[in-house]
Amino acid sequence: MLESYDVVVIGGGPAGMGAAIKAKELGLKVLLLDDNDFLGGILPQCIHPGFGLHYFKEELTGPEFAYRLINKLDGVEVKTSARVIEIQNYSDLEKFVTYVSPEGVKKVATKTIIYAAGARERHAFEIGIVGDRVAGIYTAGEAQALMDLYGILPGRDIVIVGSGDVGLIMARRFALEGCNVKAVIELMPYPGGLARNLMILKDFNIPLYLSHKVVEVRGRKRVEKVKVVKVDENLREIPGSEFWIEADTLIISAGLIPNVKLLQEIGVRIDPATGGPVVNDRLETSVPGIFVAGNSLLINDLVDYVVEQGETAAEGAKEFIENGGIKSTRWIKLVKGENVRLVAPHYLSGERDVWIYARVQRPIEDVTLEFPEIGKKLRLPVVKPSEMLRIKLRGEEIRKAKEKITMQVVKNE
Amino acid sequence: MIKVAIIGAGITGASIARVLSRYENLEVHLIDKNPDVGWGVSKANTALIHGGYDDDPDKYPMRAKLCVRGNRLWHRWVKELEIPHIWNGALVVALEEEDFDELEKLLERGIRNGVPEMRIVDREELFHLEPGLNPEAKGALWIPTVGQIGPIPAVIAIVENAVANGVKIHLNTKVKGIKVQNGEVKGVETNNGFIEADVIINAAGLYADEISRMVGLDYFTIHPRKGEYWIFDDTVPGPRRVLFPTPTPISKGIVVTTEISGHLMIGPNAQDLPPEEKENLATTREGLEEVWEGAKKLWPNLPPRSKVIRTFAGLRPEPTGGDFIIKAEEEVFGFINVAGIRSPGLTSAPAIAYEVAEIIQRDLGIKLIEKEKWNPYRKDITRFSMLSPEEANRLIRENPAYGKIVCRCNLVTEGEILEAIERMKFIGVKIPSIDSIKFRTKATSGTCQGSFCRVRIIQLLSKAYNVPPWEITLKGEGSEIGIGDVKALLRGENSA
Repeated sequence: MLESYDVVVIGGGPAGMGAAIKAKELGLKVLLLDDNDFLGGILPQCIHPGFGLHYFKEELTGPEFAYRLINKLDGVEVKTSARVIEIQNYSDLEKFVTYVSPEGVKKVATKTIIYAAGARERHAFEIGIVGDRVAGIYTAGEAQALMDLYGILPGRDIVIVGSGDVGLIMARRFALEGCNVKAVIELMPYPGGLARNLMILKDFNIPLYLSHKVVEVRGRKRVEKVKVVKVDENLREIPGSEFWIEADTLIISAGLIPNVKLLQEIGVRIDPATGGPVVNDRLETSVPGIFVAGNSLLINDLVDYVVEQGETAAEGAKEFIENGGIKSTRWIKLVKGENVRLVAPHYLSGERDVWIYARVQRPIEDVTLEFPEIGKKLRLPVVKPSEMLRIKLRGEEIRKAKEKITMQVVKNE
Repeated sequence: MIKVAIIGAGITGASIARVLSRYENLEVHLIDKNPDVGWGVSKANTALIHGGYDDDPDKYPMRAKLCVRGNRLWHRWVKELEIPHIWNGALVVALEEEDFDELEKLLERGIRNGVPEMRIVDREELFHLEPGLNPEAKGALWIPTVGQIGPIPAVIAIVENAVANGVKIHLNTKVKGIKVQNGEVKGVETNNGFIEADVIINAAGLYADEISRMVGLDYFTIHPRKGEYWIFDDTVPGPRRVLFPTPTPISKGIVVTTEISGHLMIGPNAQDLPPEEKENLATTREGLEEVWEGAKKLWPNLPPRSKVIRTFAGLRPEPTGGDFIIKAEEEVFGFINVAGIRSPGLTSAPAIAYEVAEIIQRDLGIKLIEKEKWNPYRKDITRFSMLSPEEANRLIRENPAYGKIVCRCNLVTEGEILEAIERMKFIGVKIPSIDSIKFRTKATSGTCQGSFCRVRIIQLLSKAYNVPPWEITLKGEGSEIGIGDVKALLRGENSA
């Protein structure tokens, strides 16, 4: 006999823990699996503050935030060093999860799955950097793990690709350790990080090159120099604009990609814009009973939203088990309109209030966020691709639409 | 006891060492300047076991002869040594009607070289063999004996077997000179002292011309010919067969293939470099573009570029004259050149090794006496991802480290990493590197390119070799992963 659960949560980061805690509170039998030796996902290596303002109403570091969540897990069966290698969707109400751990290869049965396996970082090859394949090239998260989990300083003269939050936080981290952060190189004409993190560049006097890219690395055994080139408004390289920066370390912070391989193997539909699954307002994927939360759903910038998604998924699992599925008489499609790059969830029932997560394509000041079909409008001073929009649509608002609701961001006249 | 020193622990040197390890009157030393085996030319290539139809026996008799023989020997060696491989056959594709003339030539040449089972297939059969091909393709030459192996795993397997049969390995050992007395070799001067030798075999790859010059033989030079490659994520579908374009007089062309780990791979182009650029392994925009354009002709559905997980470059050692130089040099008794082993060197390596054994007997007059007991077998490292759940459970019960996944993309366990470390120690790898682990286990070579598991491998290496984690290298000395602990700079230390 296989052990069986109401919910198997895959991933012990903030989304997975948030889901497991909520599912337990809702009275479900929960198994939480994580492939690391410890819970928390990426949080334990994020030793900077800025976590938890929404969820815990105070500012915490990553390890503190993780610790608080871990303390709320009582009553949840937890396995660490447990890597899920297969998900089987036997029927809508019966699924199997196979995982490997030092206890062996084990298969468990479950009614629902909440998939919260996070994301991975884009690496140097994916962004087209050529040249020598030498030591001293790390993704930002990897460098963070090296420094803040294992106490290893990767190098002294640092160039960072990408001005997103992770890149900026690593710029500060290196500066605080006495490294010389020579430049942050950003492909887009605007910075990628939250305003509060952009202050880091001023604080530590770190040059930011907008509309630039790193194209080549040279070195014999280790990075010795990197080639930077300016790009035009269409991101095309401008001939003759190349210059070299001497550095022993290149940090790639070029964005995250949801980890969805296991879901793809069972045919879960993926949204090319988010990189995560297409979901309804319970964060249920196209395979009934499989829910997704956190950076596997879409790349978030605040951990609080990630936990919130975990909780939404847990509520979905509860409803799914009680009603034998997530029922809706009709699904209303949420459609991307002008200047909206991505949005989730993709389908709304109108039976409940829903948090909508979205990102714009380009930064604009003084705009109106509109949902024309339901006549909802929100005026915003500024929107930026780096800052996720989070808007609540109420059930009764959603019900006003017939088939679809468009979300668009329009510059105010 | 006759002492034999082989310079170069690549696929050629290693194969020679294995074949010579069979003889009880030989004491075989395998020497390499790198910290691990297979890190020169063998490291980066198309990983093909060629059929042997494209080497013109009139122009390149050695290549023509040894490629076909090598292909046959590999069929045995991959089994004896448990080398990861696949025999999936190759198609030389005709995109134009005129290409059939060239295919006929290749077929004829293949028959002359002794390649079995080749034939020209029509459109219908072609798309049966390879449905994803450019729909414009008209037909192809079908060579079923072509296969693929992991080139460094092959070198590692061969060396492990050679060491088990008594071969002595000298890594991190750079040859500085060769001692010759009265026209006979006496030994090899290295940074690690003098190694006596009655026979010296020069299998130094790109540096074979420099080694040869050490004994005064400068009739050939080696220049590097660079080839660049793209490798894509294993979720991208690739071809079932090895796909070649119809060749031109200078090149076999850009290959499209699914390499043995299941990744679509395209390459190489061919760019000749001056002899002094033997370390130039940099990828280039131009080279990679050339490969992309070339591959597109055979495989129009190339994935988006964001699906690339790695690009790399390799160097073929191109000799003066173009043919392999394999001979006992008359001017210096005991010195055997095995130089210019360019493509199809990987395929030919086992045959080259038997050729060298023959040269030792025939030209040096050394009678080789077979050992009563010689072990032809070597077991591959455990590959967790290939085990059934029952086998996996049995292994994990014995050793829970096999239940701990380190590399998520390729499902490599801690047990395999520890096993790789033991195997490195067995053949004498002294400087623990992440690449050494990668080549044995595939850890760090998947979709995320090690951004999750490299840190954990560092911990395991640091513990096993008892060195601080920042001193672990990516690929040998000078490629340390860090400069010290996190406070090193603030303390004003100038480590590194």
